[in-house]
Amino acid sequence: MMILAVPGFPGNQTSLNPVGPGASHIEFEFSLIFWITCAVYCIVLLGLVIAVARRRHSLETIPEPLATNEPTERLTRRSVTAAVAVTVVLLFIMLIGSFQTGRALGDMNQEDALPIEIYGHQWWWEVRYPNNEAYKIVETANEIHVPVGVPIRFSGTSRDVIHSFWAPNVSGKRDLLPGYKAEFVWQVDQPGRWRGQCAEYCGLQHAHMSFEIVAETKEQFAEWLSNQAKSSVQPSTPQATRGQQVFMTHACVLCHSIRGTSAGSRNGPDLTHLASRATIAAGTLPDTVGNLGGWILNAQSIKPGCRMPPNQLSGSELQDLLAYLETLK
Amino acid sequence: MITTKVATETQLTEEELRKALQLERIWQEPRGFVGWFKAVHHTTIGMRYVVTAFIFFLLAGLLAGAMRLQLAFPEAHFLSNDKYNQFFTMHGSTMMFLFAVPMMFEALSVYLVPLMVGTRNIAFPRLNAYSYYLYVFGGIMFYVAFLCNTGADRGWFAYVPLSGPDYGVGKRADFWAQLITFTEVSALAVAVEIIVTVFRLRAPGMSLNRIPIFVWGQVIVAFMVIFALPGVVLSSTMLLLDRTCGTQFFNPSVGGDVLLYQHLFWWFGHPEVYLIFIPGTAVVSTIVTTFSRRHIFGYLVLVLSLVSTGFIAFGLWVHHMFATGIPQIAESYFTGASMMIAIPTGVQIFCWIATMATGKVVLRTPMWWAIGFFFVFVMGGLTGMFLASVPTDLQVHDTYFVVAHFHYVLIGGAVFPLFGAIFYWFPKVTGRMLSEPLGQLSFWLFFIGFNVTFFPMHLVGLRGMPRRVYTYEPGMGWTLLNQIESSGYILLFLSVSILLWNVYRSLRRGRIAGPNPWHAGTLEWATTSPPPHYNFLHLPTVNGREALWDAAPNQPVVVGLSEDSRQILTTRSLDAEPDGREELPSPSIWPFLAALATTAAFIGSIFTPWGITIGSVPVAITMIGWFWPKKQAADRRRAREIWQND
Amino acid sequence: MKARISCAMLAAALLCATGCKREQRVFDPGSSQDQIANANAQNEIHAGVQWAPGPPSSPSGARYDESAYAVAEGKRLFQAFNCVGCHQYGGGGIGPALMDAQWIYGSHPAEIYADIVQGRPNGMPSFSGKIPDYQVWELVAYVRSLSGQLRADVAPARSDHMPVTKAEQARPKEHPSDETQQKRQP
Repeated sequence: MMILAVPGFPGNQTSLNPVGPGASHIEFEFSLIFWITCAVYCIVLLGLVIAVARRRHSLETIPEPLATNEPTERLTRRSVTAAVAVTVVLLFIMLIGSFQTGRALGDMNQEDALPIEIYGHQWWWEVRYPNNEAYKIVETANEIHVPVGVPIRFSGTSRDVIHSFWAPNVSGKRDLLPGYKAEFVWQVDQPGRWRGQCAEYCGLQHAHMSFEIVAETKEQFAEWLSNQAKSSVQPSTPQATRGQQVFMTHACVLCHSIRGTSAGSRNGPDLTHLASRATIAAGTLPDTVGNLGGWILNAQSIKPGCRMPPNQLSGSELQDLLAYLETLK
Repeated sequence: MITTKVATETQLTEEELRKALQLERIWQEPRGFVGWFKAVHHTTIGMRYVVTAFIFFLLAGLLAGAMRLQLAFPEAHFLSNDKYNQFFTMHGSTMMFLFAVPMMFEALSVYLVPLMVGTRNIAFPRLNAYSYYLYVFGGIMFYVAFLCNTGADRGWFAYVPLSGPDYGVGKRADFWAQLITFTEVSALAVAVEIIVTVFRLRAPGMSLNRIPIFVWGQVIVAFMVIFALPGVVLSSTMLLLDRTCGTQFFNPSVGGDVLLYQHLFWWFGHPEVYLIFIPGTAVVSTIVTTFSRRHIFGYLVLVLSLVSTGFIAFGLWVHHMFATGIPQIAESYFTGASMMIAIPTGVQIFCWIATMATGKVVLRTPMWWAIGFFFVFVMGGLTGMFLASVPTDLQVHDTYFVVAHFHYVLIGGAVFPLFGAIFYWFPKVTGRMLSEPLGQLSFWLFFIGFNVTFFPMHLVGLRGMPRRVYTYEPGMGWTLLNQIESSGYILLFLSVSILLWNVYRSLRRGRIAGPNPWHAGTLEWATTSPPPHYNFLHLPTVNGREALWDAAPNQPVVVGLSEDSRQILTTRSLDAEPDGREELPSPSIWPFLAALATTAAFIGSIFTPWGITIGSVPVAITMIGWFWPKKQAADRRRAREIWQND
Repeated sequence: MKARISCAMLAAALLCATGCKREQRVFDPGSSQDQIANANAQNEIHAGVQWAPGPPSSPSGARYDESAYAVAEGKRLFQAFNCVGCHQYGGGGIGPALMDAQWIYGSHPAEIYADIVQGRPNGMPSFSGKIPDYQVWELVAYVRSLSGQLRADVAPARSDHMPVTKAEQARPKEHPSDETQQKRQP
C-alpha cells in the first residue's frame, strides 16, 4: 500500500502489513472500499468543480432568480437518478464485500486451535496458556508467543475496566469487557515480533499498555512453552541469593509471584521468567538491567499512576535484586 | 390594500408608522440589569445561544491546542496524563454537548425558524428562556469544576466501569453526568418549541410543501431530539445512581451489564451526530439556493431524504460497538443500515450539485463555505464506509482514523455550514455586512489548516496510533505526522481569530446591509435588519416555496390581529389555513428563577441523593410563580370569547 | 451589588478549595514519603493523653483523608495486601471489625498507622520495612472511611464486586469512644 511508502514507518503495529489471514482478509476489504470511495470522491468533487466553474456568475451584482424550465429539469432529474442508482450499486458491492470478509473471518474458527487466555488489567496483559495437566500451565505477562501457521483461540475478559486487545498486523481488535468472555481466533503466518496496544481508553496509563505477539516456529514455541512452565531457578551465586532475599523481604512479594518461591501474589505480573521477556512495563521499556533498575526504584516517573510504587533500596540491595532477576530466564 | 413588502423606514406610511410604534411598545424587551433576565423574544434568546455556544467552541478549541502541543513530541511532559485525560474529555464533551447541538440546532432554530415561518415569536417563549439559562448554567458548572481539578476525565462518552463508582474516583464523572442532564433538558425544551412553532404558527399559505428546507431540517432534528435524548438521560442517570446511591445497574458481578451503558448511550450518540449534521445540511440547502439563484432542485426528495435520514439514524448505533463481541448476524444489520444512510445523504449532495449546475453561481463567502463543506464532508462520509463495514472497523476503531473521520464529518458537516451561516445571516442579525476579503481569507486559512491538521490522522491511525493516548513512544513512526497535525492547528487558530476580528470590525464599520442584501427568498429577509421585536410589521402570507421570489404582485398580508397585546396567528398543520389567535406571554423573571432552582437541585444531587428531593421544593415554587395565571390576559381572552360568541 | 458578587466569588472559591483537595492525584509523593514505613520513624506514639498530630498531608497539601484518589488507592491496597482476608470488607472475621465504633488501639489516624506498621498481637502482621509511608497513610484513610469517618464526597462509592454492605460513602458515621479527645487536637 502506498501509505507504507511514507518515510519513517517500521511496518509494525499496522493493519496495512498483514501477517496472518485475519488481517489479510480485512486488508482486502479495506482496498475494495478504498478504491471505490476514492473514485466516488474524485467524481463527485469534479462534478461540483465543473458545475461551479461553468455556471459562475462573474458580475458584482446578484442576478434575479432564474425560472426553471422543464427540459432542463427533466435532464437533471435523470442525471441525479442515475447518480443515486450508481451509489446504490456501489454500496451493495461494499456491503457484500463486508459480509464476505466477515464470513471468512468467522470461518477461521477451528476445533484444533491453540487456546490462550488473556486478562486485561490496568495497565498490563495477563497471559495464560491453559493445560489439562496443572504443572504445564503457563502464566506470563505482556508477551505472547505463538506458533506460526496454527490457529489460536484467544479467550479473555477484563479484571477491571474495558480494555481492547489489538495487534493490527494479525487481526482486528476485540474488546475485553468485565462480565463477558470474549472468544476469537487469530493466526500468524509470518514469524516475527508483532506489536499490539490497548485500544479502549482504560485510565491513566492507557497510552503505555502494549504487548507483543512473538510468532515463531512450532519447535521454538514448544521449547519456549516448556521453559515457561518450569519453576524459577534457584539462585546459584551469593549475589543472586541476596537478591532473592531482597525480593522476599520488601514490597515486591506483596504483588508479584515467582513460582518456586513463596512469593505468590497475583496483583501484578508473574515474574517467574521475567528475564526471558523483551520488554517490561507492558511494552514500555526494553528489558535491560538499567531499565529494570529505574523501573523498580521509581516506576511512577516512567508510568505515572501505574500500580507499582516507588521502592527505596540501597545501591547494593538494588544490584543484588537485579542480579537475581536476571537469573529468571 | 397592504401587500407583503419589505418594511423599511423610508417606505412607511403614516398608518404603518403608527402601527410600528404600537407594536414596538407591546413587543419590546425589558431594559436594565434585571430586565436582561426577563427577556423572552426568540431573537434575544437566539443571540444568547449563538454567543454562548461560540464561546464554548473557542474554549474547546483552546483545549485542543493544548492537546496538539502535548502530542507534538513523543513522551512530552507539557500536560501530565491526568491533565491530558481531562483536556480531551472536556474538549469532546464541550464540542458535543455545549457547542454542536446548542449551536446547530438550538441557536439557529430559535433565531431563524420563527422568522422563516412568518410569525412574531417562538411558541412557549418562557420555556425558551428557561432552556437557555439551564444550558448556560450547566456549561458554567462544568467549567468551574474543570478549574477545580474536577474536570471530567473519562472520555466524552464515559464508559463504565471506568466512569463507574469503583474506578471513577472523585466527583469528576458526576459533573459530567449532570452536564448531560442540563443540556438534555434544554434541548428537549427547544425541540418542543420548534415542533409547535413549525406546525401551528406558519404564515398562511405556507403549506407543508412550501416550508423552507431549513425549517424542515430543524423540525426533523426536533423530532429526533425527542426520541434520542432519553437514551442518554437513562444512561447518565443510571451512572449517577450507581455512583451516588449504590445501585447496581452496571455491576457485572451481580448481574449488571457494562454493555447496557453502551447501548443506551449510543442509541443517543449516533442520532446525536445527525442532530449536528442535519442542521448543517439545512444551512447548505439555504445557501446553495440563494447563491445559485434558483429554487432548490428536488425539493420533495430533499425533504424525504431528511426524513429518512432521521429515521435510519436510529438504526445505526451498534456500529460504535462492533469490537465488543456482539453476534455477527446482529452486527451485519447495522452494517447494512450504516451504508444505507449514505443513500439519502448522496441524494442531497447530488441535488445540491444539480442546483448549482442549472443555476447561476454567485461566489461570495457563504458560498465558499458551502463549497468547502462538500470537499470536507464528502471525504468524511466516505471514510465512514470503512467504519460501517465490521472487518475494517475492527482495525480502525479507536484509532486516529476515527478521529479523522468524525472531524471531517462534524467540522465539514457543521462548522463549515455554520461559518457560512454566520456570513450569510450576520447582515440580517446586525444590519451590517461582514468584510468579504477577510471572509475569504479566513475561509482559505481554515480549509487548508483543517486538512493539514486532520488528513494525516487517517495515516497515523492506519499506522496503529490509538485514541486517547496522552503520549506515544518514539520510533513508532508517528512523530512526523503528529507534528504536521500540530502545526495545522496554528492555521486554524489564525483563521478563527480573523473571523472574530471580522465580526468585531464589521459590527462597528461594516457596510449597512439593508433588509435583503443577498436577494434571498425566505421570509426572514422580508423585514428590517436587524428584525424588530415584533419581527414583521405586516405578518406575511406565502405563495410558493421561496416566499419572496414567488410572491404575487398583490400578495396579501395578515390583518385583524390585536395590536395592544402579544397576539399571534395560529394556522392549521397541513395547509396553514388560519384557524385561531393565541396570546403569547410577556417578559417574565420566572424562567430565570426556575432555572436557578433547577440548577441548585441538579448540582446538589451530585453531592447527596437528597439533592433532588430537597431541591424540588424551590423548583416547585418557581414553577408555581411561572404558571400563575395573569388576570389581564385572562380577562382579554374572556372578552374575545364573548365577542366571538355574539 | 458588589457585596453580592464578592459573596458569590467567595462561595466559588470555597467550592474550588474543597474540590481541589478532593481531586488531587499525587502519583509520586517524593522521597520523604517514599520511605519505607518504619515503626521507629518520626511519629511518636505514647499511651496516655499526649496524642501525636493528625495524619500528614501528602506533598500536594491535601490531607490523605481529603483526597478521594488517596482513599481509593487505600481501598485498592486493602484488597491487594489481603487485609480483607482477616478484616473482610469491614465486618471482621479472624481480625476485628473495622466498621464499628470499637477501636482496640484507638481510632486516631496516627494510631491506625502504628497498628499497620508495628503489627499487633493475635495476628495483625507488621508492614514495617515493606511498603512506603504514603501507602500506609492511604490505607489509614480508607480504614477510617469504613466506619463513616470521611466526608461523603471523598469516601469511596460502591465497588464492582458483589455487594456485602453499603458503600463507604453511605455508611453512618460511627462514634468511637476516643472521639471527644481527638477533637481537642488541632
